Amino acid sequence: MKNHSKTDKTLLFSNKIILVLLVLIVLLPLLYILLASFLDPNVLLSKGFSLNPSDWSLEGYKRILQDELMIKGFINSVLYSVGFTIVTIIITIFAAYPLSLDGFKGKNVIMIFFLITMFFNGGLIPTYLVVKDLGMLNTIWSIILPGAISVWNIILARTFFKGLPKELFEAAKIDGASELKIFLKIVLPLSKPIIFVIALYAFVGQWNSYFDAMIYLEDQELHPLQLVLRSILIQNQVQPGMISDQLAMAELSKLAEKIKYASIVISSLPLLIMYPFFQKYFEKGVMVGSLK
Amino acid sequence: MSISVPEKKTTNKKTSNEVRGKFFPVEKKENFIQYFKKNYALYLFLVPAIILTIVFKYIPMYGAIIAFKDFSPMKGIMGSDWVGLTHFKDFLTSPNFKDIFMNTLKLSFYGLILGFPVPIILALSLNQVRRAAIKKNIQLILYAPNFISVVVITGMLFIFMSPTGPINSLLSIFNDKPVSFMTDPEYFRSIYILSGIWQAAGWSSIIYVAALANVDPQLHDAATIDGATLLQRIRHIDLPTLKPIMAVLFILGAGGIMAIGFEKAYLMQTSMNLPTSEILPTYVYKVGLQAGDYAYSTAVGLFNSVINVVLLVFVNFVVKKLNEGEGLY
Repeated sequence: MKNHSKTDKTLLFSNKIILVLLVLIVLLPLLYILLASFLDPNVLLSKGFSLNPSDWSLEGYKRILQDELMIKGFINSVLYSVGFTIVTIIITIFAAYPLSLDGFKGKNVIMIFFLITMFFNGGLIPTYLVVKDLGMLNTIWSIILPGAISVWNIILARTFFKGLPKELFEAAKIDGASELKIFLKIVLPLSKPIIFVIALYAFVGQWNSYFDAMIYLEDQELHPLQLVLRSILIQNQVQPGMISDQLAMAELSKLAEKIKYASIVISSLPLLIMYPFFQKYFEKGVMVGSLK
Repeated sequence: MSISVPEKKTTNKKTSNEVRGKFFPVEKKENFIQYFKKNYALYLFLVPAIILTIVFKYIPMYGAIIAFKDFSPMKGIMGSDWVGLTHFKDFLTSPNFKDIFMNTLKLSFYGLILGFPVPIILALSLNQVRRAAIKKNIQLILYAPNFISVVVITGMLFIFMSPTGPINSLLSIFNDKPVSFMTDPEYFRSIYILSGIWQAAGWSSIIYVAALANVDPQLHDAATIDGATLLQRIRHIDLPTLKPIMAVLFILGAGGIMAIGFEKAYLMQTSMNLPTSEILPTYVYKVGLQAGDYAYSTAVGLFNSVINVVLLVFVNFVVKKLNEGEGLY
C-alpha cells in the first residue's frame, strides 16, 4: 500500500470525505428528530440550538405516555410481534427440517408446492375474502397466521440444516430415537443461530408493518403501534386524549408537532438501540439467504 | 473415469447401509408407502406449513377467478355468474388506465435505475476503508434506517418537506416562496425514490461488502506492484467479483418492476399528488376494499401479477444472453 500514486491518494482522500458526508446524510435527520422532540422546533430552525431552559420540554413525551391508544398500540404491537415470531419459527423450522434431509421422499414435489407461491398469488381481495370467511377479521389471528408461512424463511432454515453434521443424527437413530426426539434433542439445540436470525426478521418485520392491521383490524382497540402512529404522523389526527386542554391555536399546533417528534423517537428507538447488538445475526440472514 | 457399480445390498455391507438406509434410505427398491410408514413423523412436521400455504396462498389463487365473474358475496365464488374478460376490458379502456399504468412503471423503473448502483458504489467505497473499527462504525450508521418503519419514514418526510419544515428553511436562501413538496405531483417520484435510497442503500450493500471482503488481498498487492492504479484495480478485480451478484439482483429488481410495494406509496398519497402517486397496488386497494368492487379490483391485481411474471421471465432471458448464459434459472 506504499506505492499509491498521487491520483490514488487523492481518490482515497475524496472517498473518505464522501463517506463522512454519507454518514451525515443518514445521521442528521435522525438527530434532528431526536433534538426536536425536546427542543422547540421553531427555535431549532431559526437559531439551531438553545441553552435557554424554557425552550426545552418533555411535554410531547408526557402526552404520549398518558395516551391510552398509544399505550394500547404498544402492548398490541408487542403481542402481535411476539405471537407472529413464535408461530413463524415453529412452522418454518418444522417444515424446513425434513426438506433438508437427503433421502426424504417427495421433497422436490413439496418444495415446488412452496416455491410456486413465491411467483403466483391470489392477490389482495381473494386473500382478504379467505381471512373474512374464516371469521378472522378483528382478531389477532388475521395478523399472525397469513404471514407466518414464508418460503424465504424455509429456504433459509433448510440451508442451515443441510450444513449440520449428519453423523449426529445417525448415531441417535441407531440408539432407536424417534424422529421427533432427534429433532428436539439434537437438531434444535444446534439450530439456535438460525432460529435467532428468523426470529429477529419476523419480529422487526411485524413490529414495523401496518398494512395487514389496516385491512384486517377495524376495531381501534386492536390497532398496533404503527397504525396509531399513522393517524398521528400522516393523517395529522392528534389523539383527543393528548390535547384536551384549552390552548391557543399557536400553542396547540406547537404541541401537536412535539407529539409527532416524540412519538417517532419512542416508537423507533427500541429497534435502533437493539439492532447494533444483533447486527451480526441480521447480516447472517442476508448472507445465508443469498447462498441458497 | 469411474465405473459405476450398481448398488447391491450384500450381507457384508449391511452395517453402514442399513444404518444409512433407515435415515437416508439408499435402497432404491423401497417404495414410497414403506418409506412413509417408517418416517411418518417427518411428514407430520410439514403439516402446519402445508395447511397454512393451502389456506392462505392456494385458496386465494382459486379465489382469483372472481376476476372473471360478476361476483356477489351472497352468491359466493361458485354461484356468481361468469362475465369473461369484462372487468379487464373495463380497466384497460377506463380513462384512469394509462396514468396508473405509467405511474407504476415510471416509479419502479426510475427507482431501479437510480437505486441499483448506489449499494454497489457504497460497497466499493467502504472496501477502501482500511481500519476495521472505523468501517464497522460507518456500516452501523448506514444500516440503521433499514430498521425504521415505513410509517415513521413517511411521517419524517411530511415533517422535513412541509412548507415550514427544515428543507424549506434551507431552501429559503434561493426561493421566495416555500415549496409544498408533499402535495405537488411533480415531486412525488423524486421524494419516493430518494427516501427509498436513503433508507435501503446501506442495508443493500451488505451482500456486496461481504463479497469484496472475500477477495484475496494478494491479488490487489500483485496488481499494485505491477503498477495498477486504484481505479484499475477496482475495475479489473473488484467489479468482476461483484458481477454475478449484480446479475441476480438486477434480474430480481427488473423482474419485480411492476411488483412495487403498496405501503409507502399509499402513505405518501395526498389528494393533490394523486396524478403521479396513484399506482396499481393502491388503486386495487381503493377500488377493492374501500369501494367494495371485489371482482374488478381482483382483475386489476391479476393483470398486475401476470405482467410481473412475464417481466421476470423476459428480463432473465435478456440478462442470460448478455451475461454468457448466467441467469437466475
